[in-house]
Amino acid sequence: MTETRKKSLDTNSNSYIIIYSAVMVVIVAFLLAFIFQALKPMQDANVALDKKKQILAALNIRDLDNVAAAARYSEVVVADRIIAADGSIISEGSNGGENAGFRLNSADYKAGKLALYICKVDGQTKYVIPVYGMGLWGPIWGYIAVNDDKNTIYGAYFNHDSETAGLGAEIKDNKSWQDKFKGKTIFGDKDNSDYIAIAVKKPSDIKNPASEVDGVTGATLTSDGVSMMLQECMSKYKVFFYEK
Amino acid sequence: MSKLFSKENREVLENPLNLDNPVLIQVLGICSALAVTAQLKPAIVMGLAVTVITAFANVIISLIRNTIPTRIRIVVQLVVVAALVTIVSQILKAFAYDVSVQLSVYVGLIITNCILMGRLEAFAMMNRPWPSFLDGLGNGLGYALILVVVGGVRELFGRGSLLGFQLIPQQIYDAGYLNNGMMTMPAMALILVGCVIWIHRAYFYKEK
Repeated sequence: MTETRKKSLDTNSNSYIIIYSAVMVVIVAFLLAFIFQALKPMQDANVALDKKKQILAALNIRDLDNVAAAARYSEVVVADRIIAADGSIISEGSNGGENAGFRLNSADYKAGKLALYICKVDGQTKYVIPVYGMGLWGPIWGYIAVNDDKNTIYGAYFNHDSETAGLGAEIKDNKSWQDKFKGKTIFGDKDNSDYIAIAVKKPSDIKNPASEVDGVTGATLTSDGVSMMLQECMSKYKVFFYEK
Repeated sequence: MSKLFSKENREVLENPLNLDNPVLIQVLGICSALAVTAQLKPAIVMGLAVTVITAFANVIISLIRNTIPTRIRIVVQLVVVAALVTIVSQILKAFAYDVSVQLSVYVGLIITNCILMGRLEAFAMMNRPWPSFLDGLGNGLGYALILVVVGGVRELFGRGSLLGFQLIPQQIYDAGYLNNGMMTMPAMALILVGCVIWIHRAYFYKEK
């Protein structure tokens, strides 16, 4: 009798509640920290592999399994260079492309450290650059592969964080839309680097079909985001693209 | 063994699959049922994740039910669920990265899935661990069942495929068939869930 009364008294007293919640939080915190630490290396490897697959997709190399993608990436990428907006080289990068430009993210990009992947596909040099921007609901990003004339797009890949499935998300899911970028020119006039012609527009607004791409139907704002992202990123890389 | 699967325990496991389905009868967890069912694969993974989390959250809460102070019981339940969800999401990121990308925010949203809190509060707080485990399993599977049905229909008619395999042959597209874009929108999921509830009430559900 005293035993049960003691117990019921205990569980409802303020001190019991405070101690109970404190102990519970500490246990859960340690558990989560441990699991996070234990799984971190595997998660990082997954993220890196996913990035490699995205870069390969920009080079029109798609649908490889994990092992094949990693092998193909180290074979294709000659260097992951880091350049500044004035065209100067910050880091040469390394063969296989894992240590320099590959480690950069959108924060480095905003700070002016630009990644530049120099790739060899079937004996031809291609340049892959990352692009970062905002879609309708959240960040969007992508990789653009450019031919060695530094003007013609060889392939493009886009991805997003939280665009609407079936509409804005088509920039990632619709391969034939990404293929529309193939062969488009970045600068309308290669001698005038101030005018960046590559853009995404409504079909009725397209005046320069050599550089302008038809947007995703029903996703005007996401398409505009892609357009602004391309304009902004190309202007950052324009010194590099302009040098002969 | 016979005691483990006594009549009461079997009912605890089987009822949520049909007579007391969490989505169809209790109308819980609708929001996530709409969000992840555009394709079959995320629907299956979401169903399994909710099943595992409900079952284990039920067991943990049931084990500590006598020590939980009544005044903060909801907080304790939330902490247990949130911890389990975080662990599952970390494990998915490490071992099934593609799936975790596809599920993105919805894994985190399991924390707010009403089925979990509903089962913890209604069942685990006053039952022993083993029946609680069965109850969690049954409710999770009942939820997964609806997700799979809705996800299958939406992927088949919205994209012409199931689990990514193209089922509707190219000739039919050439003859003028179009995928129903409406199926990929969340609104259609709501209509489909409504249809499933209707069919269930008409043919499978019997009042006790």
